[in-house]
Amino acid sequence: MLSVRGLNAAYGRAHILFDIALRASKGEVVVLLGRNGAGKSTTLKSIIGLLRPLSGEILMRERSVSRLKPYQIARLGLGYVPEERRIFTDLTVMENLEVGRQARREDAPYWTPTRLFELFPNLGRMQDRLGGRMSGGEQQMLTIARTLMGNPAAILLDEPSEGLAPVIVEQMALTIRALKQEGLTVLVSEQNLRFAHAVADRAYIIEKGHIRYSGTMSDLESNGAVREQYLSV
Amino acid sequence: MTASAILIQFLNGLASASSLFFVAAGLSLIFGVTRIVNFAHGSLYMLGTYMGCSLVEYFGRTPLGFWGGVLIAGLAAALIGAMIEATLLRRLYQAPELLQLLATFALVLVIKDFALWAWGPEDVLGPRAPGLDGAVTIAGRAFPEYDLLLIALGPVVLGLLWLLLTRTRWGSLVRAATEDREMAGALGVNQGWLFTGVFALGSLLAGFGGAVNIPREPATLMMDLSIISDVFVVVVVGGMGSIPGAFLAALLISEIKAFCIGIGEVHAYGIDISFSKLTLVVEFIVMAIVLVIRPWGLLGRAASVARGPGTLEDPLRSPSRHLLALGVAVLGVLVLMPVLGDAYTLVLLGDILVFALFSVSLHFIIGPAGMHSFGHAAYFGLGAYGAALALKHLVPMEAALFAGPFVAALGAVVFGWFCVRLSGVYLAMLTLAFAQITWSVVFQWDSFTGGSNGVVDVWPAAWLGSKTAYYYLTLVLATAGILLLWRMLYAPFGYALRAVRDSPLRADAIGIDARRFQWAGFSLAGLFAGLAGALYAFSKGSISPEVVAIPRSVDGLVMVLLGGIQTLTGPVAGAAVFTWLQDTIARNTDFWRATLGVIILILVLAFPQGATGMLRRRFAREQS
Ligand SMILES: Nc1ncnc2c1ncn2[C@@H]1O[C@H](COP(=O)(O)OP(=O)(O)OP(=O)(O)O)[C@@H](O)[C@H]1O
Ligand SMILES: [Mg+2]
Repeated sequence: MLSVRGLNAAYGRAHILFDIALRASKGEVVVLLGRNGAGKSTTLKSIIGLLRPLSGEILMRERSVSRLKPYQIARLGLGYVPEERRIFTDLTVMENLEVGRQARREDAPYWTPTRLFELFPNLGRMQDRLGGRMSGGEQQMLTIARTLMGNPAAILLDEPSEGLAPVIVEQMALTIRALKQEGLTVLVSEQNLRFAHAVADRAYIIEKGHIRYSGTMSDLESNGAVREQYLSV
Repeated sequence: MTASAILIQFLNGLASASSLFFVAAGLSLIFGVTRIVNFAHGSLYMLGTYMGCSLVEYFGRTPLGFWGGVLIAGLAAALIGAMIEATLLRRLYQAPELLQLLATFALVLVIKDFALWAWGPEDVLGPRAPGLDGAVTIAGRAFPEYDLLLIALGPVVLGLLWLLLTRTRWGSLVRAATEDREMAGALGVNQGWLFTGVFALGSLLAGFGGAVNIPREPATLMMDLSIISDVFVVVVVGGMGSIPGAFLAALLISEIKAFCIGIGEVHAYGIDISFSKLTLVVEFIVMAIVLVIRPWGLLGRAASVARGPGTLEDPLRSPSRHLLALGVAVLGVLVLMPVLGDAYTLVLLGDILVFALFSVSLHFIIGPAGMHSFGHAAYFGLGAYGAALALKHLVPMEAALFAGPFVAALGAVVFGWFCVRLSGVYLAMLTLAFAQITWSVVFQWDSFTGGSNGVVDVWPAAWLGSKTAYYYLTLVLATAGILLLWRMLYAPFGYALRAVRDSPLRADAIGIDARRFQWAGFSLAGLFAGLAGALYAFSKGSISPEVVAIPRSVDGLVMVLLGGIQTLTGPVAGAAVFTWLQDTIARNTDFWRATLGVIILILVLAFPQGATGMLRRRFAREQS
């Protein structure tokens, strides 16, 4: 569904990503693990086109998207949920969803506000609330719902558990599993290993812009040395 | 004033507010979404007025012809705006903010000459609105019917805009993009179409605002810059990006102006105050007050931080040995010029030196200090008038030459105190406001400044009277000024200025008093701009309010930007090229503005980093 090869990226003169390679098959949940500043967000931004890569190939359903603009990539069925959430604070919940709306797609689940409110019952109760007047957890739900309105076949989730209360993190894990049930491909970046175990099938570990490890979650479970080296703080 | 007079003035204010609101709402929409301060917005307003006049003549003076003409004029402006966005500005969204400004300045020049070509230099009087050309009696006084209609039109357009922005998906997209256009793009929103659409709507409002005014005001070639400064004031007072804010500010300012006219002359405590003369400055005074009390305008909010990978300015480098050698060579040639060149070349070179100093002083605050000034002409003009008036009333020429910069520095100290409290567009607007206030004082204070006639017979002392002597004086003073300003950038003072620009918080943390350094920088730049102004005054022998007017500030910006703000030599090169081009083109065509505008546009599109920035980058690539 989604594959990245030889991705190099930089902010100005600071080279951040080195030959990143990743892959996610249809219906798979893949987690990108790494410490603060490892390059997780930068990887996701490069995939969605917010950061123009120096080199590398990004394929979405065998189609190269590395030269496209973010809106074109989004319209090909790739959703992006940023780490900072970036809710439109001046717009109501409904209007935020409306901005995310795109045409129906054959190969992806079809979302309407009604269906999304089933997935996120909280949002259904505050349809006219301004985005700026919502709690962090509510905003996190809204930013995912907003991206789903584009009917993506795959989504990039940047640290969805960050800064959320344990109950909400639990809820978030359930949500991601529900999305997997719908047949969505998910590439999620995380620092929280427990959360990763709760949602993911496979993991990549990124450190200083290099992919250091790739394997199934159960492999990672049994590989204490890797966890020790790249993930413990 | 009697109660009925007050009522009539109040209604007058309401009537003028409507058109002002339309134009301001358009500018505000465009700025909100694209973050471009579109100077050419006033030009679209001007085109709206001219096209409105012509179309109504063409369709015939019937109600249908009139309103058809007005609407089509608005639509034509919308089309022109959309074309400007799609062919030009779209290529510049990633370019530095100041370069975008330069491009819109260039459009102002091109459109002005287009109007000159199409409608000629004479003012065009518009027709009255058929069916609405009478007056009604209100409180015993006659009041034009058409103005009543305008009063109603303002809230109607406000309501329509509100519906469009809050009740349609397109409106949600516009508001979303205003807040975070990058995120909207990542959600699949095609910015290209959205931006073109917003430009078309904004330009429609400008063109319509111009066209509905034809029964009230003639079409003139000056109205583009005069409306744009009014509209900037309205948008800044109301809050950038806020449509209700624009409405409120348009009302406030129009009412204040109307009452100033209504009150007229007042004699109190033995002094005469002419309120009607105040109308030219009163809006800028309102703006200055609002900005100091509420820096984001009445209904605006703190500007959202620009998203996306940050663009750090390149560090300033020490001049290379090649560059120093080149500099010495250029100076050598300049010293020999009286032998090598003719009188004409000497005068042109003198002008270039004066403007090089002016542009380096502007660059000093724009580049290293990061304060975007739109009103640097104020200090050039204060220098010129300070010198000329000192010569007339007080001292000999040698002393007057230094009185000019002193007066300019004094002005910069006062204005700068306010300006350093703001940043970004708001700072730019406040500097523009102060320049405009200076201009109006100079323009209206007939008894002291000579008003529109200016000051004549401002010649240098006898020993400096020859072209060669004055050229050497200019060469010495301008070069000394430029070198001094450059030198300061490599001193701790310059480091502090750049630290404040790059990270105000961090600079603050290491104990740099940001405002005080910016204030000092602003005042210094004013001092040297004043020196340039004084040198200019004596080289021409007479000065007029033009030396303080908006176009002079614009010229300065064009010079700085043409050369590229990332280099120190850029402003000098920019001043030389600009002054030479202006002189050459003006001698060969009546449409020198348009020619200059087109050249600037080509340069901007070809070298979005400024000319010297481009050269340096190429150099760096070859060396590595
Ligand atoms: N806009 C930017 N400009 C310059 N450098 C940046 C920018 N954004 C991130 N970086 C740098 O790039 C590196 C990778 O950052 P990135 O945000 O991808 O890390 P991350 O793995 O997402 O970390 P976190 O867990 O803190 O979100 C860091 O060293 C960071 O300082
Ligand atoms: Mg991150």
